[in-house]
Amino acid sequence: MKFTLKGFLPLIIFLALGAALALGLTKDPRLMPSQMIDKPFPEFALTDLYEPDSILTNADMTGQVTLVNVFGSWCVSCNVEHPKLMQLARSGSVDIWGIDWRDEREKGKNWLAARGNPYTRIIFDPDSVLSIDLGVTGAPESFIIDQQGQIRYKHVGIITDDIWDDILWPVIATLEAEG
Amino acid sequence: MIAEFGQICLILALLIAIAQSVLPMIGASQRDVRLMAFGDRAAYVQFALIATSFIALTAIFIASDFSVKLAAINSHTDKPLMYKITGVWGNHEGSMLLWVLMLSLFGGLVPIFGKSLPLTLKSRAIAVQGMLGVGFLLFILFTSNPFLRLNPVPINGQGLNPLLQDPGLAFHPPFLYLGYVGFSMSFSFAVAALIEGRVDAVWARWLRPWVLLAWSFLTIGITLGSFWAYYELGWGGWWMWDPVENVSFLPWLAGTALLHSILVLGKRHIMASWTVLLAISAFSLSLVGTFVVRSGVLVSVHSFAVDPERGVFILILLVIATGGALGLYALRAHKLRGGPTFSAVSKEGGLVLNNLLLVAATATVFLGTFYPLFIDAMSGDKISVGAPYFNLTFAPIMLVLIGFMGVAPLIEWRSGKLASLKRPLTISALIMAIVILLGVIFGKAGLGSIGFALAAYLAYGTLVAFGRKLKLGQVSFGDSLTLLRAQPSAVYGFLLAHLGIAVFTAAVTAMTVWAQEDQQALRVGESLEVAGYEFTLRSIAPGQRENYEFFGGDIDVTKNGREIVTLQTEQRFYPTREMVTTEAGFRMGPVVTLLASVGEGDAERGYAVRAVSHPFVIWIWIGALMMALAGFISLLDSRLRVARPKQAAAKAPSQAEA
Amino acid sequence: MKRFVLHVLFGFGLLLQFSTAYAQSQNRSLSEQEIETRARDVGRSLRCVVCQNQSIDESDAPLAGDMRQIVRTQIRAGKSNEDVLDFMQNRYGDYVLLKPPVQRNTYVLWFAPFVILFVFVMWYALVLRRKPQAPVVEPLSNDEREHFNNLTSETSTDKAL
Repeated sequence: MKFTLKGFLPLIIFLALGAALALGLTKDPRLMPSQMIDKPFPEFALTDLYEPDSILTNADMTGQVTLVNVFGSWCVSCNVEHPKLMQLARSGSVDIWGIDWRDEREKGKNWLAARGNPYTRIIFDPDSVLSIDLGVTGAPESFIIDQQGQIRYKHVGIITDDIWDDILWPVIATLEAEG
Repeated sequence: MIAEFGQICLILALLIAIAQSVLPMIGASQRDVRLMAFGDRAAYVQFALIATSFIALTAIFIASDFSVKLAAINSHTDKPLMYKITGVWGNHEGSMLLWVLMLSLFGGLVPIFGKSLPLTLKSRAIAVQGMLGVGFLLFILFTSNPFLRLNPVPINGQGLNPLLQDPGLAFHPPFLYLGYVGFSMSFSFAVAALIEGRVDAVWARWLRPWVLLAWSFLTIGITLGSFWAYYELGWGGWWMWDPVENVSFLPWLAGTALLHSILVLGKRHIMASWTVLLAISAFSLSLVGTFVVRSGVLVSVHSFAVDPERGVFILILLVIATGGALGLYALRAHKLRGGPTFSAVSKEGGLVLNNLLLVAATATVFLGTFYPLFIDAMSGDKISVGAPYFNLTFAPIMLVLIGFMGVAPLIEWRSGKLASLKRPLTISALIMAIVILLGVIFGKAGLGSIGFALAAYLAYGTLVAFGRKLKLGQVSFGDSLTLLRAQPSAVYGFLLAHLGIAVFTAAVTAMTVWAQEDQQALRVGESLEVAGYEFTLRSIAPGQRENYEFFGGDIDVTKNGREIVTLQTEQRFYPTREMVTTEAGFRMGPVVTLLASVGEGDAERGYAVRAVSHPFVIWIWIGALMMALAGFISLLDSRLRVARPKQAAAKAPSQAEA
Repeated sequence: MKRFVLHVLFGFGLLLQFSTAYAQSQNRSLSEQEIETRARDVGRSLRCVVCQNQSIDESDAPLAGDMRQIVRTQIRAGKSNEDVLDFMQNRYGDYVLLKPPVQRNTYVLWFAPFVILFVFVMWYALVLRRKPQAPVVEPLSNDEREHFNNLTSETSTDKAL
């Protein structure tokens, strides 16, 4: 039988495409890596959720390793995450700040009143100014900030026990040791 | 019981399909007529079984039998009957059942319409169709069984996705699948012909109506999808280069090239390689489409229940089917070769160029759609490819193609003379100049005029080609009329299809340059102006219906004080699904379509109102439907019917029909 | 013939030049209008990151609305369209740009279509330049010859199916 290379070309091209598609199956197209890792926490000047006249800025951030958590009273998943945050706050493992995102002040306060407040301070960000600077795409999302105010890690989604134990706590512990 | 019965039918269908894949194939190589005839019967029985299964599933939905998991998730007792029925395919499992139903339908049609085919070719094609059936039935039975039970039985279903309770979208899948699965015929026959070692004009003539059928249905399916997206998504987008839209477009582009290729092969016995490869590609692209939609590899507005496990299965199916077919091609390619029997400037040459451009277009859309996936797989980088990319790459290729479409039908077969084009080209140039001038006068110069000019040029060229068939100007008018009546329907098909593209191009251009919209926060009583129309928010009121809450806005549209229409728009919130949909109010007209929608807001700060003026948008879909209609008209062409030698019928009825 | 085509193309070129120049001279836009138009352009080029495949201009999602607001604020503050796009890209990555940037990992994406087009047109022009040959005819096999004899020995009718 006579073969021509030209005849095999379509097959070769197709197999290459198939391999690429197969590789693609192993990836999640919705995952977006954060652009802000190792960059300083964005500059902001927004009000405190509880004190509308008081403006919080970067200077108010404590200089300790901090967990910054983005939430909202409208966010269903945040309900699921909340108990974990309360537990972390009680144990004092890390300083937790909150960003009340796209919310109404009263609704945000009521939400916390009903569930408890794990946050040292809460930044009220109704217009997504800080959130967009952070590259936030949904709630809940959490950032780990080091002593120098640099973003070192971003977690998208609910913080579960496993995620805390396996991923977040090791990062925080390492940073505290370095600091 | 019905569910179990339906499932048993599927299992039986699988067994028959296995037999159908093997026995006729053996029969063909052994020249055993009985084994080959078995293929016909197997095809009928397979269809009957799957049809029964499908009816069973439909009955389950109509009866609201929520002990069947699929019905419980996707239906509801309060659903109107029509949507209960269309809900059968408004989900992954049911739509796969619809897919195999059509696969077996087409398989069953082969023996009915293929009596004039060489027996070995027919049996092999039926066998390949059977193999495809095996693949999909295995997929259904192992990963997507529609008949799974649910225990405990819920009192009521979870309701259909509200977006699917809509006539346009309910009928979009059947048409789309008729197209996708219709191309399985070209696939099966291409593979069968490769096995036979002969791809010839008779094969092409027999296959052409099936290609036309699949292509026409696919055109309708895509058009329905576009129309639905336009009025449902609320902001007047008719094509978003969304990955799922793109993967339905890919088989269409390949199918168009196939259509033209098979025309040439049927007449001139050349371009056999092209035709076979395109036939394989069209169906493969349909499979790729199925893969993309159901596996979750690409992010899209159109998310079905995505499942990477199903993705793996379909990918394996795809690799076996297409890989097998292309492997066969590699082995048989040498038999299909023939030197070019035509010069570069000829109708054949024009059609080769047509194929090349369509393949380039297909490759471009494919690249843009899958590039994010490739990059992610290779380096983990995330990039996105949106409309701007396709406008810069796909559109130019199409414009070049249209440029050739205007003159190619005027060139003769075999060896054309450019001189014969001189007059039509001169007049075309004049027409284009006039259109561009008009564009300048009315203030829309540049790219817009080019679009209109090209559309005018294409229309003109098409009419000239048609006129030449009637020998207009060369013979008396009466003679031309006689010729008009005598034209085979395929010529009308050509006229309508190419004019349809001209209409489509003009409409798209109009939309691109003249569409206007604006968005503002309006309080009740305030208005905003778009394209000379004033949109006033007259009232806003909240409300509640059975499965959703809404707030509805009434927007009065006036022009120069004259009342045009009041658009009613709603923003709906479905609590069970946590979904918000915007129902835009719109009024479609031949000249302009007006859209308005109301979004977030409150009485103080105002509500976000979006107002849109879209000129000539309906002509986009009319142009597309013209193409589909052209395909159906071409089917009526009596020349497409293949002769059946009388003596063969007399000699072998006892053998062949056994 | 070639010269004729060249003349036509040249004529078009001139026509387009004049018409574009004329159109531009008609442009006198208001500042608010220009901001809005530019904001639209930028909005159409930014992907809504919480939606499935829409631009922020098209999306009804709340975050998209906020992003649109930030776009307008920045344009008003005197930033160029490029600056605003960079701003978003710095925070959300290449993914937020609907028009993929032309960079090392997108060279193939951007150039492949034109390369393919070029290769095809070249292939058409060069390979098919040959004069028409007589078609390659293989002699009939025994089966085929028998079939042919059967067909031509008795009358076969051109009947439709």
